[in-house]
Amino acid sequence: MSDELAEKVQSVIADSKRIPREQVSLDSTLESLGMDSLDQLNLLFALESDFNINIPDEEAKSIRTVREMVEGVRKLVAGASGQAATSVA
Amino acid sequence: MAPRRVAVTGLGAISALGHDVSCFWNALVAGQPGIGPIKSVDLSKIRFQNGAEVRDYDPSQHFEPSQADLLDRFAQFALIAARQAIRDSGIVFTLELRQRTAIVTGSSVGGQSTQDAQFWEVYGRKSPRVHPLTIPRIMPNAGASHISMKFGISGPAYTVSTACASSNHAIGQAFWMVRSGAAELAIAGGSETPFSFGFLKAWEAMRVVAPDTCRPFSRDRRGLILGEGAGMLVLEPLEAARARGAPVYGEIVGFGMSSDAGHITTPSTDGPARAMQAALRDADISPEAVGYINAHGTGTPTNDPTETRAIRQVFGAHADKLAVSSTKSMHGHALGAASALEAVATVLALRQATLPPTANFTTPDPECDLDVVPNQSRSAEVEYALSNAFAFGGLNAVLAFRRA
Repeated sequence: MSDELAEKVQSVIADSKRIPREQVSLDSTLESLGMDSLDQLNLLFALESDFNINIPDEEAKSIRTVREMVEGVRKLVAGASGQAATSVA
Repeated sequence: MAPRRVAVTGLGAISALGHDVSCFWNALVAGQPGIGPIKSVDLSKIRFQNGAEVRDYDPSQHFEPSQADLLDRFAQFALIAARQAIRDSGIVFTLELRQRTAIVTGSSVGGQSTQDAQFWEVYGRKSPRVHPLTIPRIMPNAGASHISMKFGISGPAYTVSTACASSNHAIGQAFWMVRSGAAELAIAGGSETPFSFGFLKAWEAMRVVAPDTCRPFSRDRRGLILGEGAGMLVLEPLEAARARGAPVYGEIVGFGMSSDAGHITTPSTDGPARAMQAALRDADISPEAVGYINAHGTGTPTNDPTETRAIRQVFGAHADKLAVSSTKSMHGHALGAASALEAVATVLALRQATLPPTANFTTPDPECDLDVVPNQSRSAEVEYALSNAFAFGGLNAVLAFRRA
């Protein structure tokens, strides 16, 4: 599945790690992209800022692939907009 | 001059376990952590809730208002611990001794709460000015300077900042100065007070702080718990201590340092191993002589298995005969003061023949398969002990102690 959110997450990963966007695919593992623990912290920071979400430590720890990261972000974005809708209502 | 033996003759500590050394030691022996909800900072925008704070602290019980104005909380703690240690040692200062006494303190970030509050004035409240004492309160050497001023100690004095290894680097250099004769006496240790909103946010972003508590070497460990406090030791030549009939808690016999030259936050096995080996070499003892290690033992997923491998690399089969505990499980990770508190714990463990436990331990981890003295202190006559400190930045410092 390719979509706007997945595209954006992959761009954030490429920008954060300073690698060409075409190196990042949904099946890439963060490790295969050469991301060490500090790179992954930088990525979480970038994703939190760009998507205006909070990524809990425990959920972040279990993520190994770009696809898992996309789905994790999707869930949090949906949760955040759900909360916003509730608070507006 | 031939190298001298170096005795520890005075101890001071203020920590989450209490305001003095006896509270500190009693809590360690009882395996009672000083970890709980952080009270000094608004946590509504922070993902973790628990820390090891100094509780029920009232500066006015320790300082005149005019003096307290000059002192950030970290410098107050440094002074309190130094005063305890000097009193405990019973040392009587002459002018000559004052001039030949060194002060070496460790601090990772100095006057953090002053910095946070005063920068908030300009950034947050848009105030046109900050307090004029901001700089002298923030500077990490404020602890050493105020100890010097308070007691008229006018020999070499400085502060070492190597993150979580600061105090071991400080105590180690003070030890070397006394051993070589470069100083006749030394006050050494460290102080840290990391509880400010901005600094806690920075730790939150590192994602290494546990949401629950500090469980070093336990399989369910989830990270470190930040702590605050200060520890100070009085060091002097063993012969001088004996001559004046001073209490001798133990000796420092070796100091070893190394750097990982690797990653800025991920520790290596080799760097810590080389620091332990350097301490053993400096002490001129074999690995088999060591019976206890006060571990760096932060309780992070990464540190504990790495430290376990490093200990196995240095001690081989003897690693299975060693007791290894992390008192950070009780006093928290006091960063630049951590290894000063741990030096106090280690020297008392030898003196009292009681090894403090690793508290909050629930489940063995095959990757941390050492005897970690889980949850209950243990009676044991140990002659030599190491105290490990491995800093972010890959800077490692290890002290070797001997029972008196």
